[in-house]
Amino acid sequence: MKDKTQSKEKRRLVFDFLKGSKLFFAVSILSAALSALADMLTPQIIRTTIDNVIGSEEASLPAPVMRLIEKIGGFGYLKTHMIIMALAVLAVALIKVASQYSFRVYNTKGSETLVKTMRDTLFHRIERLPFSWHMKNKTGDIIQRCTSDIDTLRNFVSEQMTGIFRIAIMLVLSIIFMLSMDPLLTLIAIIPMPLIMLYSLSFHKTVRTQFEKCDENEGKLSAMVQENLTGVRVVRAFGREKTELDRFNTQNTYYTSLWVRVAHSLSRFWSSSDFLAGFQILIVVAVGAVFCVKRGTTAGDYVAFISYNGMLIWPVRMLGRMISEMSKAGVSIDRIHYIMKSEPEHDLPDPVKPDMTGDIRFEHVTFAYENCPEILTDVSFTAESGKTLGILGGTGSGKSTLMFLLDKLYDLPEGNGTISIGGTDIRLADTRYLRENIGMVLQEPYLFSRTISENIGITSEHITLEDIREAARDACLDDTVMQFAQGYETKVGERGVTLSGGQKQRTAIARMLTQKTPVMILDDSLSAVDTETDAKIRRALEKHFGGATVIIISHRITTLSHCDRIIVLDKGRIAENGTHDELKCAGGLYSRIYESQSGLGEEV
Amino acid sequence: MTQTAPVQKTRFFGISKILRFLKPFKRVMLSMAALGLTTSIIDVAIPLFQRYSLNHFIKGNTLDTLPLFLIIYILALAGQSFATYVSCRNAMTVEVSVNRDLRHAAFEHLQTLSFSYFNQNSVGYIHARVLSDTSRIGSLASWSFMDGVWHTSYLIFAAVVMLAINARLALLVLIIVPLVAALFSLFQGKLIRANREIREINSNITSNFNEGITGAKTVKTLAIEEEMDRRFTAETARMRKRSVDASRLRGAFAATMNLASSVALAIVLWRGGYLAENQVGTFSMFMSYAQGMMEPVRWLIDAISDLITTQVNIERFTNLLAVKSDVVDTPEVVEKYGDSFCPKKEAWEPLVGDIEFEDVTFRYPDGQETVLEHFNMRIPFGSNIAIVGETGAGKSTLVNLVCRFYEPTQGRVLIDGRDARERSQLWLHSSIGYVLQNPHLFSGTVRENLLYGNPNASEEQIRRAIELVSADEVVARLENGLDTDVGEGGDLLSTGEKQLISFARAILADPRILILDEATASVDTLTEQKIQAAIDKVIQGRTSIVIAHRLSTVRHSDCILAVKDGKIVESGTHKQLIAAKGYYYDMYTRQYEDEEAAKILG
Repeated sequence: MKDKTQSKEKRRLVFDFLKGSKLFFAVSILSAALSALADMLTPQIIRTTIDNVIGSEEASLPAPVMRLIEKIGGFGYLKTHMIIMALAVLAVALIKVASQYSFRVYNTKGSETLVKTMRDTLFHRIERLPFSWHMKNKTGDIIQRCTSDIDTLRNFVSEQMTGIFRIAIMLVLSIIFMLSMDPLLTLIAIIPMPLIMLYSLSFHKTVRTQFEKCDENEGKLSAMVQENLTGVRVVRAFGREKTELDRFNTQNTYYTSLWVRVAHSLSRFWSSSDFLAGFQILIVVAVGAVFCVKRGTTAGDYVAFISYNGMLIWPVRMLGRMISEMSKAGVSIDRIHYIMKSEPEHDLPDPVKPDMTGDIRFEHVTFAYENCPEILTDVSFTAESGKTLGILGGTGSGKSTLMFLLDKLYDLPEGNGTISIGGTDIRLADTRYLRENIGMVLQEPYLFSRTISENIGITSEHITLEDIREAARDACLDDTVMQFAQGYETKVGERGVTLSGGQKQRTAIARMLTQKTPVMILDDSLSAVDTETDAKIRRALEKHFGGATVIIISHRITTLSHCDRIIVLDKGRIAENGTHDELKCAGGLYSRIYESQSGLGEEV
Repeated sequence: MTQTAPVQKTRFFGISKILRFLKPFKRVMLSMAALGLTTSIIDVAIPLFQRYSLNHFIKGNTLDTLPLFLIIYILALAGQSFATYVSCRNAMTVEVSVNRDLRHAAFEHLQTLSFSYFNQNSVGYIHARVLSDTSRIGSLASWSFMDGVWHTSYLIFAAVVMLAINARLALLVLIIVPLVAALFSLFQGKLIRANREIREINSNITSNFNEGITGAKTVKTLAIEEEMDRRFTAETARMRKRSVDASRLRGAFAATMNLASSVALAIVLWRGGYLAENQVGTFSMFMSYAQGMMEPVRWLIDAISDLITTQVNIERFTNLLAVKSDVVDTPEVVEKYGDSFCPKKEAWEPLVGDIEFEDVTFRYPDGQETVLEHFNMRIPFGSNIAIVGETGAGKSTLVNLVCRFYEPTQGRVLIDGRDARERSQLWLHSSIGYVLQNPHLFSGTVRENLLYGNPNASEEQIRRAIELVSADEVVARLENGLDTDVGEGGDLLSTGEKQLISFARAILADPRILILDEATASVDTLTEQKIQAAIDKVIQGRTSIVIAHRLSTVRHSDCILAVKDGKIVESGTHKQLIAAKGYYYDMYTRQYEDEEAAKILG
């Protein structure tokens, strides 16, 4: 039962993808039909030329054609004016060429629209899948679904499906024309066809496993080169070049031998199916000749018949390959469906927009990640409106989790306490609104491979360079950027400069500052900048963004000491809560860290 | 010296440069050419059967020679299919064999290249040279070669047959061939450009996907999903537009070709129609050729544009082979000590582990700045040196020189009192142990990875090594113990586990000189303690150089070098440097705070 609904869902998925491109495909198939029809006409012209214009057989043409010929001046006139027949061939060719062109363009329009729809839909969906989904799935795997699986699906529709239509049209039309000329000869011509097709189908099915094995081993060989290159230091330092070369050799030779095997199968197939196809033509040529002599088939019919027969052979051989390739599409649909069936983030009905300038309150918050032990236990605290809250905690103490919950990157399950802003439970809140109003700098900031100014100004479309520079100045980044040859137009990442950890953090801070949000969170985002810059940035924050509620996470006392209130998180629980002055003498974790960090001078 | 040789004007699309890879297949290729010739003759002959059948049987109204006709026809078919079989098999075999040899040559050469090459070229780039460039070259040498023979000879033979049978009509048909060829070449250039652009957009789309996925957390916190969508759809829209444009071009190209065959056919009808009166067979034969001629013409034009693109592959490949390592053993050294693939171990002196920098000045081959100037330092056997500094500050420079991954621009690095260049690289490397910050394991079993350090290690030695670094617990936890597969790059193990295995691997090598590039990756406290304990054990009785990130671990080093912006700014013991209140002091203070807090919060 479940299987049935699943496959129904998948079919719906494909139809949804096809929404914008169906019409294009329809036009392309119609064009293919027209071009096939034109293909059928040329042999008729030649037949008429041989039998009626040059020869003197009794003409058996449709009445309108006969009338047209009479109008021009009859067969006799045509015989002395062969250029008319030549022009007829050209006219048909023009129709054929035009419809082929239209087929190609519309088929591409269809398939590109289809691909665009699929890519856009997947990207849109992926951006909106919950963060927990992203943590569960490997990047490489998702990308493969979005690239090669989409390509497989595209080929399925634009090559195999339309291809099968084209072949079917071609087959039906040629057979009709052949039947109209000589039913018996047609039968003789058709009999070997299913055989050829079945042979091609079964061959492509078996050779596919060989191809798969080749692919698999190509992957291994490629991984081996990859490992050798990334591990070049290890290889050299251990002096193991020879081992590496031997290993590579073994795989390289094995992989090549697999292809040689494929070569044998393929050439066996090509040569034998060539022979079969040639033999089929031979039968038609020979039997046709016999029929001409014994049953008075005309020379024109004979020539035309051979032409039609020639049109059949290729499509039939292709058909087997196409059908065998079609089975690949099923797997790809499954893999794409996996992404589409995942549930995106969504708000409760009628989401509210909380007062973001209000207090942020955590009440009895308990949380565990899927299949993990509890990371937060009964955490309660308040970040007062317009004040700065400091959070001190070690690795794994759950401090980042607090912020993920606040930003709704993870949903706090019902019954595990509440988080509220301005008195509104964030479960009821509009997620987008919430995130737009919380500026957050993550522990390991992610920058996009765009220019520095695009990175800083990414959240607002109409931001001026001056605004960007001002944010950068506050984040102590401006001087650094101005030193780059291309300044703010410097590209970040892969094809641009590699920023150091501290520079990345400062770029992310500048990015947050342009948002001018009422809530700002710095999650250990000053760890890679030196103490002096750290202080400068904090001063700038205070000066320009006095009204905002700020949460700073750190384990550096100097960073936290100026906060209006500090909480200490220990193994998922609140251990201490107070001001710097209160906590530094309280004899708890905070005071111990304070002492150890300020007592550095004497210790060494 | 690592600069790739300037691209020379090459004749024959650079094929002359790869001739040596084709040489072993000379005979097979000759046979392929012969077979290509044979099949093309048969292909040209097939329409003659039809001609005979029409002229003789049908016009003559007789079936007298039918049996003979059938026999010859079948023989021709059989000959053709046999030739196809042999030539396809040979072509494919040559293709994959040439590819294999090219890959082998590239891979072997890479094993001898120095580090400056690997620093200047990304892994992805080099990888593509070894795997993709080579595959294009192989198919050129086999298929393009054989098809070229076939198509050329088909054109020639068909022309000859036509001319022999009816010269006037033949000339009329043949005259359009050069016209069509000129027209096709016009399209080709445009098509190549269009395809290149499409490939670029396609890779942009893939990297957009990549960003959307790896940057998901940031996209969410910034609430910029719509902006991401907008960028993405703009790119996919561009893709669609360009692809449709290209298909118009391709469509027009195909249309021209089809029209050309029809023009040829029309010419036959117009000027040759009279033949149908008495020689209907000749007439039909001309029609076959007229339509069949255009395909070889198109193929030849295609092949030329293929050659132009393949030329780029050939150049990139031969450039790779032309790159000279800037660390090479002199012929005398190779003579005495052997090279990396055939070492003469019996001639090797034992290595003690004394290192000395003697007035060393160094500049990276691809850099402008001199990073070491008249640097002098003695690292006696058994001492422990630490190098500290920020990520990307250039901490690896000294290590690179000690390992002879690079050679000094001026001055000498002495190993046991003799210039490192006087002995072979492999001699030095065989006595060096290297533990990387991001431990690099190879796919295979744990045992295979351990044996990487010393292929001749006994079971007992392996056991002792893993115990020494407490990797025995890791191994015990694995399903098949030492024979567990570690996955590609060791990915089935955690970072900490990989780290411990790589320590054991270094121990098995029993190196005199040990290089430790300390882990920056976060491992849990327990593992970290184990690793620290392992380090302390491993450095006993060896000369060691530690590239450190955690300053607390280097306090007891014999000498600490602080590196900033590529240069050594301070050196001395921990006490001296703290007292100096300089760069090291600052770094230490910052880390100290973090570590103290971490310890207390533990």
